[in-house]
Amino acid sequence: MVNGMHSEADGTRAAPPAPTTKTRRPPRAAALAQVIEGGVVVLRRKLSAGELGSLPVVLVLAAVWITFQSLNDSFLSPRNLSNLSVDIVGTGLIAVGIVFVLLIGELDLSVGSISGLAAALFAVLNVNHGVPEWLALVLAVLSGTVAGTVQGYSVAKTRVPAFVVTLAGLLTFNGLMLYILGTSGTVNLDENGLVAKLTSHYFTNDAAAYSVAAVATGLVFLVSHHGRRRRMAVGMPHRSFRVIVVRTAVLAAVAFTAAYLLNRFQGLPLALLILLVVVAGLDIVLRRTHYGRQVYALGGSIEATRRASLNVTGVQTAVLAVSGTMAAIGGLFLASRITSVSQGAGSGLLLLNAIAAAVIGGTSLFGGRGTTWSAVLGMLVIQSIASGMVITDTPTAVQFMITGGVLFAAVVIDALARRSQEAHGRA
Amino acid sequence: MASPPLLALRGVCKRFGVVEVLTDIELELRAGQVVALLGDNGAGKSTLVKVISGVTPADKGVIEWEGSPVQIRRPHDARDLGIATVYQDLALCGNLDVVGNLFLGREIRRFGFLDEVEMERRTSQLLERLTRGVPDLRAPVVSLSSGQRQTVAIARSLLGDPRILLLDEPTAALGFEQTSEVLDLVDQLRDRGLAVLLISHNMGDVKALADRAAVLRLGRNNGFFDVNTAPQEQIIASITGATENVPRRMAHQEAGW
Repeated sequence: MVNGMHSEADGTRAAPPAPTTKTRRPPRAAALAQVIEGGVVVLRRKLSAGELGSLPVVLVLAAVWITFQSLNDSFLSPRNLSNLSVDIVGTGLIAVGIVFVLLIGELDLSVGSISGLAAALFAVLNVNHGVPEWLALVLAVLSGTVAGTVQGYSVAKTRVPAFVVTLAGLLTFNGLMLYILGTSGTVNLDENGLVAKLTSHYFTNDAAAYSVAAVATGLVFLVSHHGRRRRMAVGMPHRSFRVIVVRTAVLAAVAFTAAYLLNRFQGLPLALLILLVVVAGLDIVLRRTHYGRQVYALGGSIEATRRASLNVTGVQTAVLAVSGTMAAIGGLFLASRITSVSQGAGSGLLLLNAIAAAVIGGTSLFGGRGTTWSAVLGMLVIQSIASGMVITDTPTAVQFMITGGVLFAAVVIDALARRSQEAHGRA
Repeated sequence: MASPPLLALRGVCKRFGVVEVLTDIELELRAGQVVALLGDNGAGKSTLVKVISGVTPADKGVIEWEGSPVQIRRPHDARDLGIATVYQDLALCGNLDVVGNLFLGREIRRFGFLDEVEMERRTSQLLERLTRGVPDLRAPVVSLSSGQRQTVAIARSLLGDPRILLLDEPTAALGFEQTSEVLDLVDQLRDRGLAVLLISHNMGDVKALADRAAVLRLGRNNGFFDVNTAPQEQIIASITGATENVPRRMAHQEAGW
C-alpha cells in the first residue's frame, strides 16, 4: 500500500505522451503494450535526469525480503510482517520529521532527545502526578513542538547551521529528560492506558483493514481521474485513462494483499493506520500547499527563496517545529511499545536510525528532493534487516554492518543522482 | 516634462561595512524607455539593481514612484509596486520544476491547495508567447539548458504584469540565437509601455536596444547619454574613467528627455 501510493505521488509529474496506435494489434494487447511503452519512456527520462525517486529503495526492500525468506520461511509470515508494521511506527514518525529538515538542506540531531523528553514528560505527569492521560499526551506533544520551535527560530536568526544548534539541543533535552525522571529512573505506564493502546490495539474485524484499503484505493483513483478530466477540459497534456487504471490496480493489489496478511494475524494495527494517515497527510501538505512549496524552495536555493519575498525565518522555524513535534509523537509510540520510560529513552541508535531511514528511502542530504513516504520505505528496510537478523540468529555486529552498507549505498546513489541531474542540465 | 518619471532615485547611498558601494546615485526610468546601465566590473551595477528590487535596501536617499516617495525595504515592496527583476544568477530553485519556479511565492490556490493545472496552463501560455523552444514544464530547472533557464527567469519576471523590468546581464550566458530572442523580447516589452533597466557589457546590445545610457564608475554616476546621438567613444571613455568630470546631476540632460 505504501509502495503503491508513493509511486502515485511521483507519477503526477510524469505525463506520458498520449498513446498513438500505429499498427493494428488485438485491442487488449495493444493497450497493455502502450501502457508499458509509456512507462518505459517516463522511466528512461527519469533515470537520465537523475530522478530515481523510490525505485532503488523498493529494489533493496525486495532483495532483503527475498534473502531472509529464503533463509527462514517464517520471515514473510503474517505474524512477522504484522509485528514489523508496528515496529516501524515510532522511529518512522520521527523519520518523517527528519524528512522535513533534510528537505531544507539541514539536519536535526535533537530528535532522539526530544522523543525521550516527551515520553518522560508524559510518564511523570500521568503516572507520578495523576494528570489525565489526554492532557499529559497533549502536553508531551507540545513540549516537542516548543523545543523544535525554539531551535528553529535560533537557526533562522543566528544563521548557525541547524546541526550545531540541534547538537546543543540533543544535550540540553537529554539533560532535561533525566532531570524530569529524577531518581526514580524507570516509570512504568498503565498497561491498559491510552498510550499503551497506541501500539497494542488492533482492529480485529476483518472489514477494517479491507475498508481502509478500499478507501485509499478509491481516493487515489478519484483524485487522478478528476485531475485528468480537468486537464482534458483545458487542453493540457494528461495521462491516459488506461495508465490511471493500471496504477490504481497496482495500488489496490498492494493494499489488499497487506490487508489480507494483517487480517491473518490480529487485524489492522492502530499504530500502522496512524502512521499511514500522518504520512499521507504530511505528503499532501508538502506537495500540494503553499507551505510545502516553500519548504522545497528553501532546499533548492535559500537566496532565490528570499528574493521571491518568501518568509525564510518562518519556514525554517516551522520545519524544525514539525520535526520536534513528530519526534515527540514518535517518542510516545516507542514508549507505548515497551509500556515504560527509562533513562535510556531516546538515546542509542534511535537518532541515527531515523536519519538513515529518511536517507535510505530516497530523501536527498543536499536538500530539496524527497517525500514523506521515503521515511516509511527507509524504515521498512532498516526494520526488515533488524527483524530478519533476529529470526536468523545473526549477531548484532553483522546487522550494523549491513545497515551501514545500505545507508552508504543510499548516500552514493543520492550523490550520483545529483551529479547526473546537473550534467543533464549542461547538455 | 509634464509627467514625473515612473521611478526616480535621488541621492541613493549603499555601504557594506566600511565600503561605500553606491554614493549619491541619481537615476530615472520612464515608461516605454530602455535605459542601459553601464560600468566597469565593481562599479555597483548589480548592487543598484538589488537596491531597486529591495534585496539590499538603500541606506540613504529617496526613491520616488511616479513623483511621490516610496519605501523599498524588502523584495515584497518592489513587487507590489510593479518592479520585476531578472538577476544575474537568475535566482531559480534548481529542484523545482518550471511551473513551481514561475509561481514561487504567488501560487494559485484552489480550496487552499495548489492549483497545478491552472498554473501549468498559464505557464505554457506565457512561455509559448516568449520562446519557440518551450522546455518540459515538469522537469526540474537544474536539468534545463542555460538558455532555457534564462527564459524561465524572464517569464517569471513578467508573470505579475510589471511596469518596470530590471535585467542584470540577461544575455551574458546565451548563444547568438537566444541573445537575439531576448533582445526582441525587450523591444516588445518597451513597445508595450514597460520601463526597462538593462545591464549589459555588450555595447552592441546597448546600441541596438537602449534609448538612454547611465554610466556608473566606482559607485558614482559618471554621465548620462542619449544612445542614439552620443558617440560610442564618449560612452566608453566615461565607463573607463577617461572622462571623470561629467556633472553628476543630470540637470543639463533634462531638456533632452
